Amino acid sequence: MSSNRELTRLSGWGNTAPSMCHVVDASGLDVIKTAIEESDTRGVIARGLGRSYGAPAQNAGGTVLLMADHGDSSIGLDPQTGLVTADARVSLERLMTELVPQGWFVPVTPGTRQVTVGGAIASDIHGKNHHVDGSFGDHVVKITLLTSEGNVRELTPEESPSEFWATVGGMGLTGVILNATFKMIPITTSSMRVETSRAENLSALMTSMQDDRDYRYSVAWIDLVAKGSRMGRGVLTRGDHAALSDLKNVDEASALKFNPKALLSAPPIFPSGLLNKWTVSAFNEVWFRKAPAQIHESIESIGSFFHPLDGVKQWNRLYGRSGFVQYQFVVPFGAEETLEAIVHRLSAENCASFLAVLKYFRKGNDGPLSFPLEGWTLALDVPAHGGHMAAVFAEVDEMVLHAGGRHYLAKDAHIRPDAVMRGYPRLQEWRDVQQRMDPNHVWQSDLARRLRLTTR
Amino acid sequence: MENGLGIPQTIALFGASSEIGQAVIREIIQVGVANVVLAVRSESSVAQFKDELNGTYPGVNILVHQFDALEFESHDGLIARIVTEVGDIDVAVIAFGVLGGEPCESLLSTDAVQVAQVNYTGTVSLLGALATQMKRQSHGKIAYLSSVAGERVRRSNPVYGSSKAGADSFAQGLSDRLVGSGVSLLIVRPGFVASKMTAHLKPAPFATTPGAVAVATAKGLASGKRIIWVPGLLRFVFSIFRHLPLPIWRKLAEKG
Repeated sequence: MSSNRELTRLSGWGNTAPSMCHVVDASGLDVIKTAIEESDTRGVIARGLGRSYGAPAQNAGGTVLLMADHGDSSIGLDPQTGLVTADARVSLERLMTELVPQGWFVPVTPGTRQVTVGGAIASDIHGKNHHVDGSFGDHVVKITLLTSEGNVRELTPEESPSEFWATVGGMGLTGVILNATFKMIPITTSSMRVETSRAENLSALMTSMQDDRDYRYSVAWIDLVAKGSRMGRGVLTRGDHAALSDLKNVDEASALKFNPKALLSAPPIFPSGLLNKWTVSAFNEVWFRKAPAQIHESIESIGSFFHPLDGVKQWNRLYGRSGFVQYQFVVPFGAEETLEAIVHRLSAENCASFLAVLKYFRKGNDGPLSFPLEGWTLALDVPAHGGHMAAVFAEVDEMVLHAGGRHYLAKDAHIRPDAVMRGYPRLQEWRDVQQRMDPNHVWQSDLARRLRLTTR
Repeated sequence: MENGLGIPQTIALFGASSEIGQAVIREIIQVGVANVVLAVRSESSVAQFKDELNGTYPGVNILVHQFDALEFESHDGLIARIVTEVGDIDVAVIAFGVLGGEPCESLLSTDAVQVAQVNYTGTVSLLGALATQMKRQSHGKIAYLSSVAGERVRRSNPVYGSSKAGADSFAQGLSDRLVGSGVSLLIVRPGFVASKMTAHLKPAPFATTPGAVAVATAKGLASGKRIIWVPGLLRFVFSIFRHLPLPIWRKLAEKG
């Protein structure tokens, strides 16, 4: 039956490892149920806006449910409590566009607004406020899930903790998230009060990040190209939502205006190799110099503070046809030496990272596959051409795991099944719940197959 | 699936005692590959190769499976066992085949029938089972090691030549059928390859080596080509040979 259906080529945001999938526009519950009934041994997975870098939202030879918001998906806000119930298809951008003017901000946003509520939960995304607010799942009070047997279930942390937490960070492998209820953050303006400072090397940077707890949002950009005593130099930006009193000449009504800028699009013509060690080095120099030597305060928009890359639609094309991989790991506090050794190793490799981001996480939540772990997380992009990175990653993976760290599944493109087993000690517990929730092995993805996440 | 760095996770070699097949594996294996499956008639014949791979790539899981090209009914089950054990097969290299004995002695013997069955029927059976699995996966690459011997059959080895010709034609048709499915099939047509299988023969012109065939195969797999010749010049040589009048071809082939 499935062999007669048309195949569509899908890949993640990194444009690597594409696969041929049967795509179904999951416009309604009945469509989703039919797709599940008609699926074969290759199974089904839901896909939102496709911003995961690797392969969690594609399913070679199987069915992919496209959870697209055609602008009609529901958002219901309770203005008394700030609780919002949103369709899983709704993007964070739409939530901001509709709710920021009413004085509510999403509890967690990653570096892009182009993620759906379903994806935010399935990847248990984190943002610049993790050290204060935790990850997205920490703010969710209810998930409505369609199970593989066609039942609609309501999951809450109180009444169904194991199913709820298996779904938070569960990479879509427990069911199709239909909608969710979560707490928004009250704001009085749509502006950000931002402090920017720079640090001459990695240890200076980590030292200055020790007082991050005084700020709701914090992230550091580090330069992997700089060598010697400047290795790991970086720019630290921290801030919070601005109060009305922080803004000059702005009245209460216009203070909450939110207008995501019209997006430019990067044309699909960039050659692979455009981002190389010379261009990145020049870019990094400018970025570093642009940051003031002394602590500098400014007022920024939500877009420029949280989502600078959303300004260029499909910026992933800058890496050319061969695409790129994003590498993100976390190591626990106490493993600073490992972190430095890793930065040293990557810096020696001239791995041409456009962005390397350092941040620290507070304690993680109850999701067995949720990524955050109390410690330091580093994320970087690496062009996917140049096969030698596999050996470098293998080395760095071992350093991460040895230090008790782990890799972020929403970004992973290369780790091996044993790296999940070691990095996520509660994997088996998750598998048991997953198997109970999906006895027929319906939920499958390329990521799940490569990492043997749902192996029985 | 290949991972995000373009590295296949599971590679399977059918006919794992083949020198050319082993050379291809040496060429395409790299850090980041998860499994290499060696499918072979006699498991002990690949013990040394397995040790070699384990030594060079300690992170790669090397598995050996019993495979007999003549046990056609077992092929489906073998593919299923591999998939259960390690997941999808990303790259399959088909390297088994037998040359057979001297022509006049073996032409009408059971040996001739067996050569034909291994090289042709065995290939049809295994490629069929593999293609079915890979179509289900909607991804995967197959490299079938054919031979120029099938391009124009010589009087010295009509059984080998014709069985390769048949298998090559089958592979071409299958390759066409797979277009658009996410699965690809590469046909590799080497000339005379100096190996233990041909050690007793006088090398033909344009002779090549297992290493050269391996390099060309790896390139062909990476670029998505459907037919390659090793050395590449043979493509043009055989486009002439193909059209030579019979007596001239017979004389020419006699020398080789």
